[in-house]
Amino acid sequence: MRHIISVLLENEAGALARVVGLFAARGYNIETLNVAPTEDTTLSRMTIVTSGSDDVIEQITKHLNRLIEVVKVVDLTDGYFVEREMMLIKVRAVGKEREEIKRTTDIFRGNIVDVTDRTYTVELTGDKSKLDAFIEAIDRATILETVRTGGSGIGRGERILKI
Amino acid sequence: MSLEMTGSDILVRCLADEGVEHVFGYPGGAVLYIYDAIYKQKSFQHILVRHEQAAIHAADAYSRSSGKVGVAIVTSGPGVTNAVTGLATAYMDSVPIVVISGQVSTHFIGQDAFQECDAVGITRPCVKHNFLVKDVKDLALTIKKAFYIASTGRPGPVLVDIPKDVSMLSCLYDYPREIEMRSYKPIDKGHTGQIRKAVQMLLQAERPMIYAGGGVILANAAPELNHLVDRLGFPCTNTLMGLGGYRASSDKYLGMPGMHGNYEANMAMQNCDVLVAVGARFDDRVIGNPDHFSSVSRKIIHIDIDPSSISKRVKVDIPIVGNVKDVLQELHTQLDASQSWNNPQSLASWWKQINEWRKTDCLKFETSDTVIKPQFVIQKLWEVTKGDAFIASDVGQHQMWAAQYYRFDKPRRWFNSGGLGTMGVGLPYAMGVQMANPDATVACITGEGSVQMNIQELATCKQYHLTPKVVMMNNGVLGMVRQWQRLDYESRYSESYVDSLPDFTKLVESYGHVGIKVEKPGDVEGALKEAFAMKDKLVFLNILTDPTENVWPMVKAGKGLTEMLLGSEDL
Repeated sequence: MRHIISVLLENEAGALARVVGLFAARGYNIETLNVAPTEDTTLSRMTIVTSGSDDVIEQITKHLNRLIEVVKVVDLTDGYFVEREMMLIKVRAVGKEREEIKRTTDIFRGNIVDVTDRTYTVELTGDKSKLDAFIEAIDRATILETVRTGGSGIGRGERILKI
Repeated sequence: MSLEMTGSDILVRCLADEGVEHVFGYPGGAVLYIYDAIYKQKSFQHILVRHEQAAIHAADAYSRSSGKVGVAIVTSGPGVTNAVTGLATAYMDSVPIVVISGQVSTHFIGQDAFQECDAVGITRPCVKHNFLVKDVKDLALTIKKAFYIASTGRPGPVLVDIPKDVSMLSCLYDYPREIEMRSYKPIDKGHTGQIRKAVQMLLQAERPMIYAGGGVILANAAPELNHLVDRLGFPCTNTLMGLGGYRASSDKYLGMPGMHGNYEANMAMQNCDVLVAVGARFDDRVIGNPDHFSSVSRKIIHIDIDPSSISKRVKVDIPIVGNVKDVLQELHTQLDASQSWNNPQSLASWWKQINEWRKTDCLKFETSDTVIKPQFVIQKLWEVTKGDAFIASDVGQHQMWAAQYYRFDKPRRWFNSGGLGTMGVGLPYAMGVQMANPDATVACITGEGSVQMNIQELATCKQYHLTPKVVMMNNGVLGMVRQWQRLDYESRYSESYVDSLPDFTKLVESYGHVGIKVEKPGDVEGALKEAFAMKDKLVFLNILTDPTENVWPMVKAGKGLTEMLLGSEDL
């Protein structure tokens, strides 16, 4: 099953390598990973999207907690949460394709952030399935480039990951 | 009081402030300032080894035998890469050591400088934690953290990489007395509610079994474990890492479990209705095939300091996360307040069953008048040392025979590489143990394969008057490899024969020690007595043993714990 694991860790050189090294060494899967400093710049917030049986996910969270630089770990999928991912997708847009892509972008509530006479670059935010759906909705042959941030997530309401 | 000091002087002062008395190491370019500071200090003794790997092993055994944090210093590049085996060995067995490595100066890092390697990157997967100190102002705090992390929680090795310029530059020295890390808060006390559930389960058990591992030794919890087994009258088994945790001379002791474990220990592990795992981790060499192990219904209580050890290979019913000593003390407190157990009759019939299994006498072996049996050597060693020696073992068949036939009554008497299985630890382990226990009787049980992996350390022993007695069981083959080749590879003995052995007697004599060759069974006891009588000498016994002997019983890899081969007749 797919899990979204949020990690609060010391914003120190090498901390990311320890997390990635742990996944590689123990054969755990990383679907996406993103990391950036929080409002307290001594801390980083990392979101790891992974998959595995309940036993594997239990071991992943335990091993993450074991890392000295990790302050807190929470599996967001254990409760209610908001998931968002951002995608920049550059598509070929000539002739009647231009209208079609503009329409689809509007339907998905995306923005066209760069325009040339042959291309559009669309910015789209949503959960994984929404971004996947956009890719399905447009003509695959028009896609020139996609960049996705990977999922990030936050617990709903009073569910707060903080020290 | 703060003083302006160089990084090297700060390091030396930090070690002194941590109460370090012995440091094992080997100098090199990147640690020259540090060695200059060592030259000028008197707070600790530096032991110059002959290979960095041995420095780490010696510091590791120093820690295992004393409970203190072991310390080693190596230089950059090859110094660090040579240290990796030692670090991985200590990591697998959760031994607290702090290793200081030199690094090229900060402005050279990443330039492929001479003797540069990414020490933090290379060692990351085989240490509990590591640091690169980029600013001399961070040095004292980093050393404090290193000792704190190494010695608390589940212990382990910590590496501190110090660039040459950091060891040269100066700043004010201020060693923190206390340390608090928001990201690292080890748990000691177990959850009292969980312990209460465990007590209830224990008191209702009909066929209980206590399975104690290295965590008991590391936590100094042998007194609590002995008391627990004795007051409950339950059977107990100690793993390879836990030997001596419960006294082997007790009739409640069933021997070691696992691949070369006692028949009765394995049968009781499998057939009990309540299994209490104390500081043990259900290792593949202990429980065999996990599916087979879990195929019977039994309840498991698991006490361990590391949550990630719990339900890793085997699902447990009552996990208790905490320091083994603290948890056992709380368990005793709750037992004091409880009724005695409910099932004296069940326990009696369980013991009856166990005693039936015991009749198998799985450690019996055929003695011989012509060829020296390795099991016989260990038995005689046990007799001659009255079961009270500090035993450092190498890795292989001799290690298993030592674990089976030397019966340990005390903790911190048995030193071996249980997790990583590192051949070559024996001699440096004996050095570390002797350094920490100068008056102790120390023996190194080894083979002609293992000993040659660190035999250069005979010179270190000479220099520092370390006098372990080396009991080398020389069968001329890599015995454990040979045994597996016999069992699983139709006796194709590929590369497991050790040809061109040195004349060990001459070799050890050239290092300034005493060498004795033993060729006949009748000479074994006399040679051992002679060796141990020479208290101020390192005596190296080259004992020619039977090359065809195998370690029994055996659970072959992938088999269930009770699918045991008791001897060659079972093949």
